[in-house]
Amino acid sequence: MSPQLLFKRLLLALPTLFGVGLVVFILMRVVPGDPIAMMIPPGASPQDIATLRAHYGLDHSIAVQFGIWVKEVLHGNFGTSITFRQDVLDLIGERLPATLELGIVAMLLACVLGGIVGVLSSAWHGGALAGLLDGGAALVQSIPDFLWGLVFILVFGVLLPWLPVSGRLDPALSQDAGTGFILLSNVARGRWDIVGSLLSHMVAPALALGLPVSAMLARVLKASMQEALGSDYVMLARLKGLSGTRVLLREALPNAITPTLSLSAVQFAFLLGGTVLIERLFSYPGIGSLAITAVIGRDLPLIQAVVLTFAVLFISINLAVDTLVVALNPRLRGSKA
Amino acid sequence: MSARLHIPLRQRLLRNPRVVLGAFICALLVLVSLLAPWIAPLDPQDQDLIASFEPPALMNTAQPAIEGEATHWLGTDNLGRDVLSRLVYGARIALWVALASAVLSCAIGSTLGALAGYFGGKCDALISRMVDVWMSFPPVLLAVVLVSVIGTGLWSVIAAIVIVDWTRFCRVVRAETQAQKALDYVTSARMLGLSPWRIIWTEIRPNVVPLLITLFTLEMGVAIVVEAILSFVGLSLASGEATWGGMIGEGRLYVNQAPWLMVLPMLCMMLAVLGLNALGDGLRRELDPVVQR
Repeated sequence: MSPQLLFKRLLLALPTLFGVGLVVFILMRVVPGDPIAMMIPPGASPQDIATLRAHYGLDHSIAVQFGIWVKEVLHGNFGTSITFRQDVLDLIGERLPATLELGIVAMLLACVLGGIVGVLSSAWHGGALAGLLDGGAALVQSIPDFLWGLVFILVFGVLLPWLPVSGRLDPALSQDAGTGFILLSNVARGRWDIVGSLLSHMVAPALALGLPVSAMLARVLKASMQEALGSDYVMLARLKGLSGTRVLLREALPNAITPTLSLSAVQFAFLLGGTVLIERLFSYPGIGSLAITAVIGRDLPLIQAVVLTFAVLFISINLAVDTLVVALNPRLRGSKA
Repeated sequence: MSARLHIPLRQRLLRNPRVVLGAFICALLVLVSLLAPWIAPLDPQDQDLIASFEPPALMNTAQPAIEGEATHWLGTDNLGRDVLSRLVYGARIALWVALASAVLSCAIGSTLGALAGYFGGKCDALISRMVDVWMSFPPVLLAVVLVSVIGTGLWSVIAAIVIVDWTRFCRVVRAETQAQKALDYVTSARMLGLSPWRIIWTEIRPNVVPLLITLFTLEMGVAIVVEAILSFVGLSLASGEATWGGMIGEGRLYVNQAPWLMVLPMLCMMLAVLGLNALGDGLRRELDPVVQR
């Protein structure tokens, strides 16, 4: 992607983010529930309530409130969470790394699983095993992450209680509060006991998030592999006497992988969106579960910030992968795409 | 490819295992929903606290059923309500939510998509920006926010699903309308002086419908799951109402004590979603000439 085009896309992201903020703002402001009513102690005088309203800026009109919010956000101030009574940006800073770690582990799992199944199923195409893999992928893909999450709660929580199905880290293990990227920092420090506990907590939610994505990747990868395997250059490679594995992995795969890659971007964003529910299901302390808590508590500053965080994530993932796809595929370079 | 296209559509559909399986499961869902009052052995709301947490009849080998009491084929929940009856009535709500949300989001999404695709320019820019904004929300979060705003209840849930999911139809129809508009038949229709509305409705629509049918069945599956998600978060229908999602949410509290309370509605939901997906997938393969190999 040319720098100009990249800049244009970045510029286009701004009105989108503005729109996202506006939609949530309007939605949450027409809510009948009053966030102040939830936080006042019984017996508060009307004057106390008015003071509190003014403190959170709720005494202005909606348009003015939105104006103030945009101005403050542009200055890097997202306000104070009403339910947690903590700076919103700090809260997100604490929770976002947990979500990112879970999302990336789930996505890696999906790519590895999807890649293996996709390649094997193209290698065995026409055989019974490939049929089984294809059918399995279709089945796995049909079931959404929510139902997979429930399945794993049932499997790991009740039938085979080998893995934890709640939380992020064994409470007995001390954690270093320096960074939210606990997994990454403990890998770096070589604290394998903590890494093990973190990963074992991630297995169930990551599987729930990653399985449908892996099935979709496998199916798309297989479709492009079939196409590549039927092409002239693969025929030539076969005629040159290259081994089947080599043809598959060195000739067909690199050409077939681009559609899968660009799909995986969309899927990664989709997967991160799924954390909202999966984190709630597995009591995993990321921004997904934070989002639901915020909505139930009518915590407007926090909802706004969480939604914006997701929007920024989605937009940057799509941009990054579009750039990557162009970089990887010489045929797209110089074209308008 | 061309050989297959000569076979009449109905025969091709009947030969496609996905279509047959999906249609069978969907027909079952419709049948159960329509005949719910006759199929359900008991009233789904009837509580019987003495008979709470009764396991399904087949699992219930230890204690013989109490004399003169109805057999609970699939057991009872924490309030002694008959699980089978609740599942049967839950199918009704699931089907209703699925149909209503799919019809409405299809209507809204494809109208906007056709407008954007046909007229282009400012109209397209406006609608596409809206879709961009929508796509930047995590869908589940948007649905939860919406229901928390418009309140719980069947129609709020349907409204939330429609408001979240119209973009699925909009994007596809927009792209397809754009592609169709470039074809000669649309140009000749314009030269004949037909109005844009007439061209969209009578000329372009028939060519987009196969895609819409597929999206429609998939959307029904999505809607069933979203309803369950909202129930699970505690934002769907009144808790007494028998919905699969509500049953899963309640069953999860007793999952160690009475796992069937969660497993059975999960199985129903999976079956429905699998059926709808198989049908959509099969129809896509048969109706869309491009996919056919």
